[in-house]
Amino acid sequence: MMEMNVTEQTTENVGGGCSSSGCGGSNDQLSHLPEHIREKVHDHPCYSEEAHHHYARMHVAVAPACNIQCHYCNRKYDCANESRPGVVSELLTPDQAVKKVMAVAANIPQMTVLGIAGPGDPLANPERTFDTFRQLTDKAPDIKLCVSTNGLTLPEQVEELCKHNIDHVTITINCVDPDVGARIYPWIFWNNCRIKGRKGAKILIEQQQKGLQMLTDRGILVKVNSVMIPGVNDQHLEEVSKVVKAKGAFLHNVMPLIAETEHGTFYGVMGQRGPEYEELQELQDKCAGDMNMMRHCRQCRADAVGMLGEDRGDEFTMDKVEVMEVDYEEAMRKRADYHASIEANRDAQKNQTNETFVSISSIKLHKKKELRPVLMAVATSGGSVINQHFGHAQEFLVYEATEMDVRFIGHRKVDLYCSGGDTCGDAETTLDKIIKTLKGCEAVLCSKVGYEPWELLEEAGIQPNGEHAMEAIEDAVAAVYAEMVEAGLPDKDKSDASIKITA
Amino acid sequence: MAYKIIESCVNCWACEPLCPSDAIYEAKPTFLINQKKCTECDGDFMVAQCASICPIEGAILDSYGESANPAGSLTGIPPERMAEAMAEIQAR
Repeated sequence: MMEMNVTEQTTENVGGGCSSSGCGGSNDQLSHLPEHIREKVHDHPCYSEEAHHHYARMHVAVAPACNIQCHYCNRKYDCANESRPGVVSELLTPDQAVKKVMAVAANIPQMTVLGIAGPGDPLANPERTFDTFRQLTDKAPDIKLCVSTNGLTLPEQVEELCKHNIDHVTITINCVDPDVGARIYPWIFWNNCRIKGRKGAKILIEQQQKGLQMLTDRGILVKVNSVMIPGVNDQHLEEVSKVVKAKGAFLHNVMPLIAETEHGTFYGVMGQRGPEYEELQELQDKCAGDMNMMRHCRQCRADAVGMLGEDRGDEFTMDKVEVMEVDYEEAMRKRADYHASIEANRDAQKNQTNETFVSISSIKLHKKKELRPVLMAVATSGGSVINQHFGHAQEFLVYEATEMDVRFIGHRKVDLYCSGGDTCGDAETTLDKIIKTLKGCEAVLCSKVGYEPWELLEEAGIQPNGEHAMEAIEDAVAAVYAEMVEAGLPDKDKSDASIKITA
Repeated sequence: MAYKIIESCVNCWACEPLCPSDAIYEAKPTFLINQKKCTECDGDFMVAQCASICPIEGAILDSYGESANPAGSLTGIPPERMAEAMAEIQAR
């Protein structure tokens, strides 16, 4: 059907064989990084977009205390139905956490990474955090250790972090300007005092920047997370991106603010809105000029377990973990075998990709004017292939196809809070909601679609497509784009209303 | 003269290691302050440490039984606005 010619793509290919520059959203964008860094993130689902299709992570909630207050956080609510950072169902002691990690790592062989991300600040709980890391270094040396922090006490803990062989640190940096900071952080706890407003924000910013520099000086990989808060720091985050890149951060993750009244946060209660998908993407694209951007973050809970799009925490509550029998040695061997098969699979996919990627020249033949990009949604349960039934998808990955490449844009969660229908007094059906969530996308690629959703999707201008089941996502998106171009890509209806991102 | 932790405490552990008198201890359902040991940090710090890091408004009372951190003082949410928001949620 298509000509298979990749010669025009080869310069993009240094990232390790991916045919499109968007591949990885990080993988290929990481391609200019030194080999040893790419090596480190190759199987890290939170740092490499490509890896997140194959590998799993978990967080253990051992760090409840925090030393700052953020306007998007509320320490009172630990709801089982909420999926966002800072939320957990049960707090663990370091010993319990270690037990849980060993049980999960034995049962989910895709697991490569253990992170401590709260629910407070891991470095405000140094004893609990480092005790957990110390035990895991010993018992599960194949698991990578990560920590996520607000940065306030980072400078004084860099030495300790280095001792524990932690080579991935995430710092949440929402601003480099104390005036902006004063609108995000109402207070910090510093030198035995609560310090409010701009003064506190200024100290926090200084500590974050100092800690970032110290880490990168020591060769530790630093990712910077920023929460995009429209009207507060959205205009400012481009500057943040520049500053943190100059200090050696290797990846910037701009995430949308999650703020609902029922969360009880300052932003939620005061009616601060989160960004629209388009706004988030626009900012990520702007920052991308200065920085490798991460777009596959799922803003997971501080006790999340499993692949990035899923949470299997319920299978590993402490009462269940306590009675699981785990053979550590055997589990580690099993993981190694499993990881080897994943890598063989990834290599095979790359080789196949190089053979099947749609020729750019074949598209250009039809070019009369500049071809517009098209967004497509994809249902996948992992493995970088289209392998999920439309009705089973809890989230869709969104890709943008252009003449030049296919790139990953982000994910959209489906109906997380309830299944809709009468129980919530909500007349909107689940299907209506999904279609609304997919707004802006012109096709949805999945393994199968039922008759009813097929019709409704078509009506909504989203072409369902089940013809690419089990194919590599980017190849399939490129192929569908080529078909659309072949058929004469119509001008896009600009009347699409923006939609709000929900958790 | 002693501070007191009440039931709205969320057990975040932030205060416990800061107490210069080791007066704070883990208990069910929430942390508590040993009233005999608490010195209100007098002689150790300018301000009571537990009340200076506690993130929950109203969870710590001073020796007069007043909230060390009254509603709105930590989150910046005006209490009237919070009441409105709660009423909105209830009405759904």
